[in-house]
Amino acid sequence: MKDVLKSKVILITGTNTTANHPIIANYIHEAVMKNGAKLIVVDPRRIKLVDICHLWLRPKVGTNVAWLNGLMNVIINENLQDQEYINQRTTGYEELKKTVSKYSPDHVADITGIPAKDLVAAARLYATEKPGSILYAMGITQHTSGVNNVKCIASLAMLCGNVGIEGGGVNPLRGQNNVQGSCDMGGLPNVFTGYQAVTDGTVRDKFAKAWKVSALPEKVGLTVTEMTALDGPIKALYIMGENPMLSEADIHHVAKKLSSLDFLVVQDLFLTETAKLADVVLPSACFAEKDGTFTNTERKVLRVRKALDAKGESIEDHQIISAISKKMGYEMDYPNSSSVMDEINRLTPSYGGITYDRIEKEGGLAWPCPTLDHPGTPILHIQRFTRGEGVFFPIEYQPSAELPDAEYPFVLTTGRVHAHYHTGTMTRKGNALNQICPEALAEINVEDAKALKVVDGEYVNIVSRRGSIRIKALVSEITDHGVVFVPFHFYESAVNNLTNCALDPVSKIPELKICAVKIVKAA
Amino acid sequence: MSIVRLKIDGKEITSEKNTTILQAATNAGIKIPTLCYHERLNPIGSCRLCVVEIAGYDEPVTACNTPVLEGIEVVTNSDSLYRMRQESLKLLLVHHPLDCPICDKAGECTLQDLVFEYGIQIENYKAPEKPVEAVYATPLIKYWPDRCVMCLRCVTACREIKAAHALDVAKTGGTANLVFHPDRCVSCGECMQLCPVGALTENVSRMKSRSFIVNKVPTTCTYCGCGCQMELHVLNNQVVNVTGKNDIGVNHGSLCVKGRFGYEFIASDQRLTKPLVKRNGKFEEAGWDEALNLVAKRFSQIKNENGPDAIGGFASARCTNEDNFIFQKFMRAVIGTNNVDHCARL
Repeated sequence: MKDVLKSKVILITGTNTTANHPIIANYIHEAVMKNGAKLIVVDPRRIKLVDICHLWLRPKVGTNVAWLNGLMNVIINENLQDQEYINQRTTGYEELKKTVSKYSPDHVADITGIPAKDLVAAARLYATEKPGSILYAMGITQHTSGVNNVKCIASLAMLCGNVGIEGGGVNPLRGQNNVQGSCDMGGLPNVFTGYQAVTDGTVRDKFAKAWKVSALPEKVGLTVTEMTALDGPIKALYIMGENPMLSEADIHHVAKKLSSLDFLVVQDLFLTETAKLADVVLPSACFAEKDGTFTNTERKVLRVRKALDAKGESIEDHQIISAISKKMGYEMDYPNSSSVMDEINRLTPSYGGITYDRIEKEGGLAWPCPTLDHPGTPILHIQRFTRGEGVFFPIEYQPSAELPDAEYPFVLTTGRVHAHYHTGTMTRKGNALNQICPEALAEINVEDAKALKVVDGEYVNIVSRRGSIRIKALVSEITDHGVVFVPFHFYESAVNNLTNCALDPVSKIPELKICAVKIVKAA
Repeated sequence: MSIVRLKIDGKEITSEKNTTILQAATNAGIKIPTLCYHERLNPIGSCRLCVVEIAGYDEPVTACNTPVLEGIEVVTNSDSLYRMRQESLKLLLVHHPLDCPICDKAGECTLQDLVFEYGIQIENYKAPEKPVEAVYATPLIKYWPDRCVMCLRCVTACREIKAAHALDVAKTGGTANLVFHPDRCVSCGECMQLCPVGALTENVSRMKSRSFIVNKVPTTCTYCGCGCQMELHVLNNQVVNVTGKNDIGVNHGSLCVKGRFGYEFIASDQRLTKPLVKRNGKFEEAGWDEALNLVAKRFSQIKNENGPDAIGGFASARCTNEDNFIFQKFMRAVIGTNNVDHCARL
C-alpha cells in the first residue's frame, strides 16, 4: 500500500478509493501532494480523487477492455513500450499488438466516449513516467468481462515493464477485511489452503492424512452463485458471517432459494436479512472478542486480539464449528486460535513460517513465507513471474450483458459510500455513522434530473426487469448523463433487487456494475 | 546522496544533505522538544519549542525546518534555550485553560508533559471561563477552541494526508482561528489523531475514558481490506474509543470514519446473545446444546439421504483465517463436500 509513495505515475480505475479504501487513498494523496506523482483516474463517476488528478478519463460503464486496448494501441504506435522487458520476461506480444492495433483512439472514442486526445495523453503519461502503479477494484471485476478486464490491465502494466518493481505493479484492492485470507484458507470450491487444488490426488492425500479421514472429495464444488441457483442441487446451507440477501445480485432468486431449503443455519452477530430465513441462528463473537489473524489486501497476515468478553452467550466461530463437528462424530479440539494457526502452518507452504510469535515480534508478514527464517514477500514477480513468463492475452471488447434501451434507458451502477460498509450490518447499528450518512441516495445527473423533473432530495422509483426500489435522489455531476449510482448498504432500498446476475464465464462474478433501469418520479 | 558532517551537543554526526537538524538529532538519539512537529507532515514551525543554537549565529533557529549544513555546531540545550522554551509554553498557557481534570487527553497530552518537564508555575492563574460550545467540521468530533494551541497539525494533516482541505486558518480581529468546511470533511478523525492536546476529542462514546485508566488492545480493523492497525480502548468490558496505532507500516496511525467511529455495533443491544431455533415460523431462544444437536442431526440426515453435495457452506470474508480454516475443514472432512465458497466476488 505504501508502495505508491514510490510511484511516479498512478492509474486508478474502478475504485472509489477515497470511500472504500481511505487509507490507500491517503497514500495516493501523499504521493501526489507531497511527492509530485502524476495521477490518472479512469472512472465513469466523478469520484473524489478526480479533484487532485492530472487526467480524468470518463468511459461509459462497461467499456473497460476498449479503453485499455486503446491505451496499449497508442503506446505501441508511439513506440513507448519497454521492449527489453517484453523480450526478456513475456510471451504473446505479437498477438497482443495485432489485436490492439484495431483500437485506434478514434474507434475507442466511439465505444467509450473518451475523447481521443485524452486517451493519447493518458497513454503517454503512463508509459513515460516510471515506475507506474495501477490500482483497481470491483469497478473492473464485477462485469461479465471481469476476467478479461483484469488481463488487459496486466498486459498494460507488462507492456511498460511495470510488474515486479517497487512503485509499480497491478494492485487489486480487496474490499473486505479478510477476503484475501478466506481465499488463502481454502474458502473456495476448488482449493484447500494456499490454493492447493482439490483435484490433485497428492494434495488430497496430504490433507486426508492430517485430518485422519479415509478420503476427501475430489470434485470441484459449487460457487456461492451456483449454490443459490433455484434449480441447483443444494438442500441445506451453512452460512457463516455473510448476508447474501443484500449482497448478491438479483436477491429475489436468493430469497426464493433460501426459503425453499430443507435446512438453513446462519451464524452471525446480528439477525440479518439472511438470518431471518434460517432454521437455526448461532450467535458468534465479533472481531473485538476473539484472537486470530486477518490477511490484508497486501497479503500481509495481521493479528486480531481479544479485547472484550463476548456479548451474551456468543462464542467464536471456529469454536461453534468444532462443537458441531464433535456432535457429528468428528473430534476437533483446538484450545485456542493459535493452535489452529499451527495446523495452517503445517499444511500450507505459503503460510509455513507465519506464526503468532513472529507476527508479534515483526508486525505483519506477507505470504509466501514458507519457513520460520523466511522474511515474507511484499512484492511478487520480482525477478520472474511465478508462472515463468508473463503472458499477454489479446482480448476483444464485448458489450455488457444488459444495455440500456428505449424501455430501460438508464445505466445503473452500484458501490459503496464512505461511511458505511457492505450490507450495513455493522455500520448501521450505531449513531455515529448513521449521523454522517443516514440513508441511501441515488446519484442522478443534473441534466437527467431536469428531464425527469426530479429535484435533489425527492423520491424516485428505480425499476429494472427484475424489481423496483424507492429511493431519495441526490442530483449531482458525479454520474454522467444516463447513469445512476446506488450504494448497496441499505436494506430498505436494496439495490440488488434490481441488479443482473449475469456471470463472468470464468470467475462467476455477477455483473453488479451495470444493468438497465428506468427512473420514475415517486408519487 | 551527499553526506554532511556536523556536531550536535559536541557529538560528531553525519547526516544526509536534505535532512533537518531535528531529523539529524533524532537519528543520533538526541531529543529536542517539539509540539507542532509530526514526522509524517511537512514541518509547520508554529510552536518554536525546537529552538536550537548554532555557533556563530545571532539568533536561535527552529530545528524542525532548518536543514543541516557542513561543519555547523549545534547546541540543543542551554540555560537560554530552556528559558525560551519556558516562555513559549507560558504564552501557550495564557490561552490554554488548565482544565486537565476534565480533559479526555489528560495523561497523553504533549502540552501537559512539556509543562511538567519545564517546571512551569502559573503565577497569574485565572479561572477558565465556561467553555464555549463550538461547532466543528464533523459532529463525531468535539472541538474545544480554548484548548487549541494553534500548532496547525490538524490543518496540515487534512491537507497533506487527506487532501480534503476541510480545515483552514483565518485571521479575525488580530487573532488566528480555525475555520471549517463541513462539506469537505470526511470525518476520518486524522485531525483528532494528530492533535497534541485535548482540543479535538471524540464525540461518540458516552463513557469517557482517559489513557491511564483504559486498557489499550492493539488489533486489526474489521472493515475493508487495508488491515489498519488500531488500538481499542477498553473500559469495563466496553470499547470507549479507537485510535490508530502509529508504529506499524500499514496505516501510519491513520484510520477512516468506519475504523475510528464505527465501533458501536460491538455493544449494540441488537446483537444476538443466544442461539435461536425456528419453531412454527417463529424464532425461540435455545441453549447451545439443543441448537447444536439439531444442526448436527439435520446435517447428518440430509447427508445420508441426499449425499454430501446437497449441503453447501458459505465461509466468510469477515471472519478470521482460523475461523475460515476450520469452516472449510468441516465442510470437506466432516460433511464431505467441496461446496464451500464466500462472497469474494461481491
